[in-house]
Amino acid sequence: MSISIQNISKKYKNVQALQNITFEVQEGELFGLIGPDGAGKTTLFRLLTTLLVPNEGNATVADYNILKHIKEIRNSVGYMPGKFSLYQDLTIAENLTFFATIFGTTIEENYDLIEDIYVQIEPFKNRRAGALSGGMKQKLALCCALIHKPKVLFLDEPTTGVDPVSRKEFWEMLKRLKQKGITILVSTPYMDEASLCDRIALIQKGKILKIDSPDAIVEAYEKTIYEVATNQMHNLILDLKEFPSQYSVFAFGEFMHYIDKNDSFDMDVLRTFLHDKGHQNISIQKATATIEDVFMDL
Amino acid sequence: MENAQEKIIIVENLTKQFDHFTAVKGISFHVNKGEIFGFLGANGAGKTTAMKMLIGISNSTGGTANVAGFDVHTQSEEVKQNIGYMSQKFSMYDDLTVQENITFFGGIYGLSRKQIKTKTEELIAELQLGNIAKTKVGDLPLGWKQKLAFSVALLHEPKIVFLDEPTGGVDPITRRQFWELIYAEAHKGTTIFVTTHYMDEAEYCNRVSIMVDGVIEALDTPKKLKEQFQVNSMNEVFLKLARNIE
Repeated sequence: MSISIQNISKKYKNVQALQNITFEVQEGELFGLIGPDGAGKTTLFRLLTTLLVPNEGNATVADYNILKHIKEIRNSVGYMPGKFSLYQDLTIAENLTFFATIFGTTIEENYDLIEDIYVQIEPFKNRRAGALSGGMKQKLALCCALIHKPKVLFLDEPTTGVDPVSRKEFWEMLKRLKQKGITILVSTPYMDEASLCDRIALIQKGKILKIDSPDAIVEAYEKTIYEVATNQMHNLILDLKEFPSQYSVFAFGEFMHYIDKNDSFDMDVLRTFLHDKGHQNISIQKATATIEDVFMDL
Repeated sequence: MENAQEKIIIVENLTKQFDHFTAVKGISFHVNKGEIFGFLGANGAGKTTAMKMLIGISNSTGGTANVAGFDVHTQSEEVKQNIGYMSQKFSMYDDLTVQENITFFGGIYGLSRKQIKTKTEELIAELQLGNIAKTKVGDLPLGWKQKLAFSVALLHEPKIVFLDEPTGGVDPITRRQFWELIYAEAHKGTTIFVTTHYMDEAEYCNRVSIMVDGVIEALDTPKKLKEQFQVNSMNEVFLKLARNIE
């Protein structure tokens, strides 16, 4: 087992950041922590990387105990914090050399691990880190977290604020790292990234709500979702909320996702209701649930 | 949108050149009054630079822009008085309470004491912040902060509000509530200029522009963009346009 967490709780002054968290991550697994800001994701990362001590519970990372084997853990893991934490005044090359030296290695020694990523930022290697775009900063941070060939990689919201193209590239990099046997624990607020993980934990307000493969989580969702669109999307959400048997209404891109309280829901009744409210070009059809649907219904 | 053709932002050939590279390469577009205009692009495509010129805090090196009836170059103070701005990075003072922040920004925007008092009461009722009016903003969840920041950006009833990634990292439900606030404001006739990396949010805009490498590569309604690129989602439109810029 690469990461094993048992009954971990962590409290700051008045805030219960984590409440009795237990789960395991297998070796070579790409495991996602999916949850919004304030869910407790960063606290969990800081506990597992020995930067914080839990109030209760224990955990092992790469077979080392987070309370006892602090040095060993720090040598065996790579950690990319959510906030860009490299030296802004050092260049790309200097940052990387710095981290390699700290861990008693060289860029050459583990170059195969970072090559894919490094070649993308190498043309700018003499540029200071502070002057890089978001996407490049993130690639550099990943290189620095990998340079000592860690067994376990912790990535705290690596794609927040990153555009869809760079996000896609980033996840392709993660897949390749996984193939090299590195265990990855990654957190994200983007629900669409959940489907790219082997398994995910949905986390909110310090508690784990569900753990399973993304497909299994979606399949286990029992409610029927209807996607609704009309010619007046702005009013549609307000009007759908007034439909007597509505359970929930959420905007989903070009559609509204509508769930009804009753199994006997009749699309035509809703259609008439919307028509009477002045909507035209009404389309209502069954939709496939996504992780985001499941998450919002927890 | 109905009296559609009143243009509230007119940008012509706007350019920003830094020492060694041109961040914004002569972009031209307009935004209609009351429109929700999505300003998309990859990291490093020039969005932030363009936006800074539009809100009057960075000078262009070429071209013109008129925002809310004022020239951004020669009348940047008037521009600032007529717009609201909110970004994910800076919204409010963490060490001040909700009420103190509203009072502070009301003062900055030149509202009278009486106006501030009325506005504060309105806002707290509207956002249902009664219980936390005396809580420090730093202790609020991100989603609440963002909703509050949006309302604060509207205190002086600007004609246009610029939102720079207002929903980054926010949970899915709060993110949607935030868009309901945007809709409601747009219905009142306020123009919304918004950047986002969530492509489902691009669908909520009346029109969307996509910047690639300093130029606007596409600009249209989400529906027409999807037709033009023959794909089913804005995400695919974006991926087709913006691959590998860095």
